[in-house]
Amino acid sequence: MLPAVQARRGARLGVLRRDGVVVSRNATLTRADYIRAMADLFDDYPAGTAWDEMIGPGGEVRTAYRHVHSALAQLSAGELRARADTLARSYLKQGVTFDFAGEERPFPLDVVPRVMGGDEWEHVAPGVSQRVRALEAFLADVYGPQKAVADGVVPRSVVVSSTHFHRAARGIEPPNGVRVHVSGIDLVRDSLGGWRVLEDNVRVPSGVSYVLSNRRAMAQTFPELFAALRIRPVVDYSRRLLSALTAAAPHGVDDPTVVVLTPGVFNSAYFEHTLLARTMGVELVEGRDLYVSGGRVWMRTTQGRRRVDVIYRRVDDEFIDPVTFRSDSLLGCPGLMTCARLGNVTIANAIGNGVADDKLLYTYVPDLIRYHLGEEPILPNVDTWRLEDPGALEEVLDRLDELVVKPVDGSGGKGLVVGPRATRAELDVLRGRLREDPRGWIAQPVVQLSTVPTLVEDGLRPRHVDLRPFAVNDGDSVYVLPGGLTRVALPEGQLVVNSSQGGGSKDTWVLGGRVPRRAQTQHQSLPQAVPKDASVPIDSHPSDVRGQVMQQQQQRTTGGSTC
Amino acid sequence: MLSRIAESLFWIGRYVERADDTARLLDVHVQILLEDPWAEEDLACRSLLSVMDRPDPPADLDVGREHVLDVLGYDRFSPSSIAGALVAARENARRAREIVSTELWECLNASWNQLPSQMRPARPHDYFTWVRERAAIVTGIIESTTSRDDTWHFMVLGRSIERADMTARLLTTRALAGSAGPSWATLLRSCGAHEAFLRTYRGNTSDERAAGFLLLDRLFPRSVVYSLNQAEASLAALEPIADRTTIDDARRHIGLVRTNLEYRPLLEIVDALPREMELVQRACSAASDAIRARYFPSGAELTWVGEAL
Repeated sequence: MLPAVQARRGARLGVLRRDGVVVSRNATLTRADYIRAMADLFDDYPAGTAWDEMIGPGGEVRTAYRHVHSALAQLSAGELRARADTLARSYLKQGVTFDFAGEERPFPLDVVPRVMGGDEWEHVAPGVSQRVRALEAFLADVYGPQKAVADGVVPRSVVVSSTHFHRAARGIEPPNGVRVHVSGIDLVRDSLGGWRVLEDNVRVPSGVSYVLSNRRAMAQTFPELFAALRIRPVVDYSRRLLSALTAAAPHGVDDPTVVVLTPGVFNSAYFEHTLLARTMGVELVEGRDLYVSGGRVWMRTTQGRRRVDVIYRRVDDEFIDPVTFRSDSLLGCPGLMTCARLGNVTIANAIGNGVADDKLLYTYVPDLIRYHLGEEPILPNVDTWRLEDPGALEEVLDRLDELVVKPVDGSGGKGLVVGPRATRAELDVLRGRLREDPRGWIAQPVVQLSTVPTLVEDGLRPRHVDLRPFAVNDGDSVYVLPGGLTRVALPEGQLVVNSSQGGGSKDTWVLGGRVPRRAQTQHQSLPQAVPKDASVPIDSHPSDVRGQVMQQQQQRTTGGSTC
Repeated sequence: MLSRIAESLFWIGRYVERADDTARLLDVHVQILLEDPWAEEDLACRSLLSVMDRPDPPADLDVGREHVLDVLGYDRFSPSSIAGALVAARENARRAREIVSTELWECLNASWNQLPSQMRPARPHDYFTWVRERAAIVTGIIESTTSRDDTWHFMVLGRSIERADMTARLLTTRALAGSAGPSWATLLRSCGAHEAFLRTYRGNTSDERAAGFLLLDRLFPRSVVYSLNQAEASLAALEPIADRTTIDDARRHIGLVRTNLEYRPLLEIVDALPREMELVQRACSAASDAIRARYFPSGAELTWVGEAL
């Protein structure tokens, strides 16, 4: 037998030795493990109260997951863990990490992908796009004529009391009218399987780098699934982002210089900043690399100063310009806001977008969609109490142990309290804070987020997930990246999925769809026929060719594996 | 230096580069077939095989990744597959063992020893990564421990010619398969050139620029022109021009095809890419023959039988 063939057979799971020990590449399993491993991975998968996206209440596998389920069911537990190891190793090597309590950890990527049918995506994507368009219109309005306030759609108090409403941003007109260049709309599925918007992120939504690197790692680990399914590709993202940023350049700039502004290597999303800059081929700058002179922004290079036209900033509003905002900030560039006001530089996403993803404003978004777009919202909100509404505070305080309470300007799950899981003392403290500052909080019923099988200690178990699709607005249309970031809460029953709270992620596959029209240029016409025997021979050392013949002869006579 | 030794050194350079380039090519090829649901696997695989000088499989056969990997990746007996090239590189190092530094020999020998355990078709990506790493180590050892004498020049000469040849083949895969083939981004990525390209041109990428980058870039070490320049430099170092009117064959072949690329409008080349790339490959082949005739003349063919290898 040829050695190559031998190697392939040996690579399956491991070899069962005569003493009952399975020698596998990654671990030594006992015979009992081996037998257990042979059982179907889904055998004792519990049916939960939440909507499970793979397995329905009657134990039937949902259509979109059929292929993934059968492929996983064929794997043994050992094999599945070996694949999980591969994923984790690949992430450590790539440096796909996030900052957890001051420590750099590999971002946990689960081996079981989340799958969405094409039809389902055709419902979600327009919903996300609609939401982005409405928020875009709202921001243009709120930093301009404020008609929505005048018409009573949104109370003035909600706008002006938002910590992220920046008067300094009023009157800054973005060149192509786009303020929300990149957005991440967090979606969840409730216990009936319906999609709902949990929150909007239009300031500096992060996580898209995980979508890109998850896909790459999964394709290398599960080649057979990718071969069998038509999964919509995500590699286009960086190109779309760059063209959206280029389109947002100030008027009259032919060949705009785009940069990504990062707070620096210690930021938790630094990996993402480098990935975006790298894949767009643009400079990754820190605040100290930029300076303002003559109403323009410049960066310091070895060739002298170079003008910067578009800044994709990953620095929060408060830190971006010490002249306008926090004067102790070292992360920004003094005078940036002046340049933006002069129209000499575009800041993406725009300053002051936070007013649109304030969690109290969130409750008005369905109205804003009707007001600005004249459309019915495609994706509904989660029911939410505004504590300043008459009677709401009392009702919420009364039912605090069954609600989720969130601070309106928090992100990353900070300050969020899940009533059923909180202690009495925690609830008492919370009651006090709600009474003090009702504007600062919202309350929602506990949404039983949908679950997807996830590999944990005990095997595959249902774990709660959400979805953050990413949308890029280039001024003409809103592109929604197929899939998005699925975050999964790894502890059992945990409903908070943020990575800063110990969450992991899943690769999100959107199946099927039309064959995209490829860019046809003058140089690529129809596929040319492959000319046979027209190829140029590959040379080799004459002695090696002789050796080759002899080795083959040896092989034939001895049939051995010597080589 | 003995001709026989010089020939082995030349081929060490070529084989290691061949393993490296083939691994890059296959890695991207496999990845693209996996990630792009609309890829036409059969057509793409066939054109790849054809470009790599392999017989076209019967028309009724559905050619898939596995076949391509077997033929171009795991075949130990053909010096033009990855495994075969590594085996052959080690054989050549063994023949020139007294000239090749111990470090280099051990590196090539270790690669050969690890080869069976690395060929795990379950995860071809790991295999390709390993091959690339081994090739990088070989290059690093050659760069850092070899005197810049004929030893070094022969190895670099082999490497440069092989690299020009393989990059030309890679560019042909694009032209042959048309829109079904790998995109320019994919080709750039397979040469490790994607990030360098993006940095050079930032957002303004176009097919012409990508083709120009891989063909003509004077700074990127995997472009065809750069490799041909390097081959010429090595040839010049091996034998400075003495005669005032003639030039040796190898340099003539390489110089001719290089100037043909360098001093013509890019669009003209891109329009007839398969033809132009064939010229590059033929020139590399002719230069290799000329080098053999000039530096490695062999006597009567000797054939060893039995256990000699």
